[in-house]
Amino acid sequence: MKGTNLGEFEELILLTIAALLNDAYSVAICDEMERHTGRSVKLGMVHSVLNRLEEKGLVKSKLGEATKVRGGKRKRFYVLTIPGKAALVRSKDMRDQLWQRIPDFALKKA
Amino acid sequence: MNHPDDIQPPRWAQEFLRWYCRPDLLEDLEGDLHEYFLRNLASKGKRRAQFIYLIDVIKFLRLYTIRKPQPAASMNNLIVLRNYFKTSVRTIYRNKLFSGINIVGLAIAMSVGLLLVAFLAELKSYDTFHANYDRIYRVTNTLQNASHEASEFASTSVLTGKKMQEEVASGIESMTLIRAYFDKDVKAGEKTIPMNGIWADTGFFKVFTWDLLAGDPTTALQELNSLVLTEKSAVNLFGSPDVVGKQVLIDTVNYTITAVMKDPPTNSHLRFDMIGSFITLDTKKLSDKDKDWMKWDNMWVNYVYLVVAPGHNAASLEASLARISNEGNKTLEHDAISLHLQPLGEVVLGPDLSNQIGPNLSIRIVWILGGLALIVIVSACFNYTNLSIARALRRTREVGIRKVVGASRQNVFTQFLLESVMISLMSLVFAYLLFLLIRPGFISMDRLFNDLVFLRPTPSIIGYFFLMALAVGLLAGLLPALFFSNIQTAQVLKDLSGIKLFKHLTLRKSLIIFQYTLSILLIVGVSLGTRQYQYALAFDLGLTTKNIINVELQGNQPGIVMHAMSQLPEVKQLSRSMYVPSTGTSWSGNIRYKDPADSALVFYNYVDSAYLRVHDIPLLAGRTFIPGPTGNIKEAGIIINQKALGWMGIKDPREAIGEEIFLDGEKLTIIGVVRNFHHSTVHNPIGNFILRYYGELPGRWGGVLNLKVESKDLPALMANLETIWKRIDAVHPLKADFFEEKIRKAYDELAGMMKIIGFLAFLAISIASLGLLGMVVFTTETRLKEISIRKVMGASEGNLVVLMSRGFLILLVIAALVAIPSAYYVFDQLIFSRMAFRAPIGLMDLFGGTLIVMGIAVIAIASQTLRVARVNPATTLRNE
Repeated sequence: MKGTNLGEFEELILLTIAALLNDAYSVAICDEMERHTGRSVKLGMVHSVLNRLEEKGLVKSKLGEATKVRGGKRKRFYVLTIPGKAALVRSKDMRDQLWQRIPDFALKKA
Repeated sequence: MNHPDDIQPPRWAQEFLRWYCRPDLLEDLEGDLHEYFLRNLASKGKRRAQFIYLIDVIKFLRLYTIRKPQPAASMNNLIVLRNYFKTSVRTIYRNKLFSGINIVGLAIAMSVGLLLVAFLAELKSYDTFHANYDRIYRVTNTLQNASHEASEFASTSVLTGKKMQEEVASGIESMTLIRAYFDKDVKAGEKTIPMNGIWADTGFFKVFTWDLLAGDPTTALQELNSLVLTEKSAVNLFGSPDVVGKQVLIDTVNYTITAVMKDPPTNSHLRFDMIGSFITLDTKKLSDKDKDWMKWDNMWVNYVYLVVAPGHNAASLEASLARISNEGNKTLEHDAISLHLQPLGEVVLGPDLSNQIGPNLSIRIVWILGGLALIVIVSACFNYTNLSIARALRRTREVGIRKVVGASRQNVFTQFLLESVMISLMSLVFAYLLFLLIRPGFISMDRLFNDLVFLRPTPSIIGYFFLMALAVGLLAGLLPALFFSNIQTAQVLKDLSGIKLFKHLTLRKSLIIFQYTLSILLIVGVSLGTRQYQYALAFDLGLTTKNIINVELQGNQPGIVMHAMSQLPEVKQLSRSMYVPSTGTSWSGNIRYKDPADSALVFYNYVDSAYLRVHDIPLLAGRTFIPGPTGNIKEAGIIINQKALGWMGIKDPREAIGEEIFLDGEKLTIIGVVRNFHHSTVHNPIGNFILRYYGELPGRWGGVLNLKVESKDLPALMANLETIWKRIDAVHPLKADFFEEKIRKAYDELAGMMKIIGFLAFLAISIASLGLLGMVVFTTETRLKEISIRKVMGASEGNLVVLMSRGFLILLVIAALVAIPSAYYVFDQLIFSRMAFRAPIGLMDLFGGTLIVMGIAVIAIASQTLRVARVNPATTLRNE
């Protein structure tokens, strides 16, 4: 069912938000993801996914203080909601269970 | 070097983002893009950063970012509009003087606009009642002489009509051939009524849409001696419209009435009392062997109308027309005639063609009237603009507060436009009343208008009126609305004096100069024109016009009428002529003297032996005609004027007696020479003139009797003439005019033009004065404090008045300096230059009008400046 399962990109963004703690706004998320994944992350992509996640109720946002850097515009900071956290945990559990069922030899380098 | 902070993303990309983006997403998105912009600026340079910003803005144009239309906004708009309306009403009410000036000024200007709109709409409505209106065309002729310019005629030849009927099969649905001037006395039983009719063939009822009361439209004009009457003429003749099958007598022929139709509507350019079947005339002319009848260049009084078949257009017929004209031109030696098609919609309001059937107005006149009306309206609109911006100080605070509360630029813009539209709608009410007031005057200004229009307001015309008011409102309000909507909120609320109110001062000054120049030009024009009119009427024509009554014979036997009228004791002398000279009518021909190659234009008139005596035209040599029925006009000889004598190269008039000259190829002997007199209007020079003898041949019954009368009781004399006339001719009403009255009528056109220009001058002066008054009031009010301080410091009232008026007086003087020389030039070189005899342009004419205009302006200025100068300084300064 849509909305309960996370897409890969969605999951990455949620993780990044969680990792950035109180500093998660769109540009920072982009930078952080680029650093960890090593792939180029477009602002437009991140922006629309953030918007979707907020609609689903997995994250919430509030505007921060104005700074000089951004032409006087405020940043929108994102934090995980309880359902957001639950979704991440559920996703991790699912993976962990699957990992545990894999015998060691199956992934050993041949 | 630019500091990085100074470099901004492209402005219009930002504006675009702000326009489309949802407000709740906008701020951080804008911030994000800005952050990236700064990064790119550092790494990639200004140009590339700006480019990336732009691309990003476009990329963010997605479904979820776009602003959604808000249904609540329209409800909100309604409330806002109501507020604008309320504020506008209050503003108008509070500033009664300015609102009054604006409303009156716009109303005056708009009344002219209304006249023009109604006039145009009515002209455009002509002939629209025909079902085939869009497809009806008239065949027009263009005559190209070897020597002259091409002249265009609304008429064509009978030959064209017949050829088209025979040869052009495709493309024409139906067509009709009409011949004008079937003007006859119609006799039914004992009753005889003169009627104006036309000849037309059977196509007349197919091409045009006429309502028939009785009879069959397909056969009504098919037979010989058939006649169709209009309802009115049927009732006049028989007392009832039920007359199909009855007979009437015209000349010596009995006509059978085959149909009765409703009177042609007032907006039909074809006007007639009866229609004779064309075949009647055609058969008669052919059996009389009239050699001119079927000539290609006999094209003066016939008209062909046709309906283009659906699927064809006028252009596809041109080839057939060209073929017909090529064939016809082979019969001509020097001239060439080409055929063209003219849409029915251009018949009344269209090009200036000769030989029109029915009324017609040249589109050029409409352009001139329209141009003048437009100048007046625009001038009034500028007054509004001018005053509104000038009074901006009082409104800026209101605008500032509105903006603080949240009004956008568009809101303020709409508000001020709404206000000006409201004022223009109020003006419309007054303009409409004015329109009703000046309408009769306008219609009677020119005989042509009288013939053409009623200017009755129909619903559609009222609709146009509203559209015009709307347009005027928008035009007048545009600049003030722009001005107010651009006001910077903070500046207005902090310090009012910072606003550049006087930015448009030069514009405003030149506007006043323009308005006054126009006013002076027009008023000088009126005064010069009136002078010329009086000059023409008082002009010594070289023949006596006093106490001469001209009676048109209207086909009655001259001997009988002359005898009867000479019985009256008041009639002292009596003569007869073909037409009344000095009124613009003239007959012309060619004369040759000894040299057969040297011919000249000559004007002539037929007169009897008493003519010279009645009109006091002195003979320089020779004698007048020998009275009595000579029977042979040729042998009676001719009398020439001095000008013709000069053309012949003879100095002594006595030498000319007995000389022979050729008039249109006819050899005639000169029996006398008269002093020059003005045979045409004074606008034309005196030409060669010949008087020929008016014999009493039966074929020469037309013309005019000239009665020299002496009477103290003119109405009684006229009544006596009327009784005598009634005994001789019971059918036609007496047409008798004093010679001077007839001359006056010849200059009606000039008088009409003066009335129109005079009216426009009045309007221009009113509007200019209103505008000036408004400006003076504004300036004096804003300077009230300064004036009071000056007064406290010891300035006298006189000083103050001079101080405040000086600026305006300078403007007026400039206007006069521009207007007077240009008025002199325009009227001396352009307008009156073609007139042969004209009143000298006097200083009085140039400066009289100017002084009046200046006088009014000075009164306007003085009244306001004096009022302010007299104010007690304590009342103004008390509150400081």
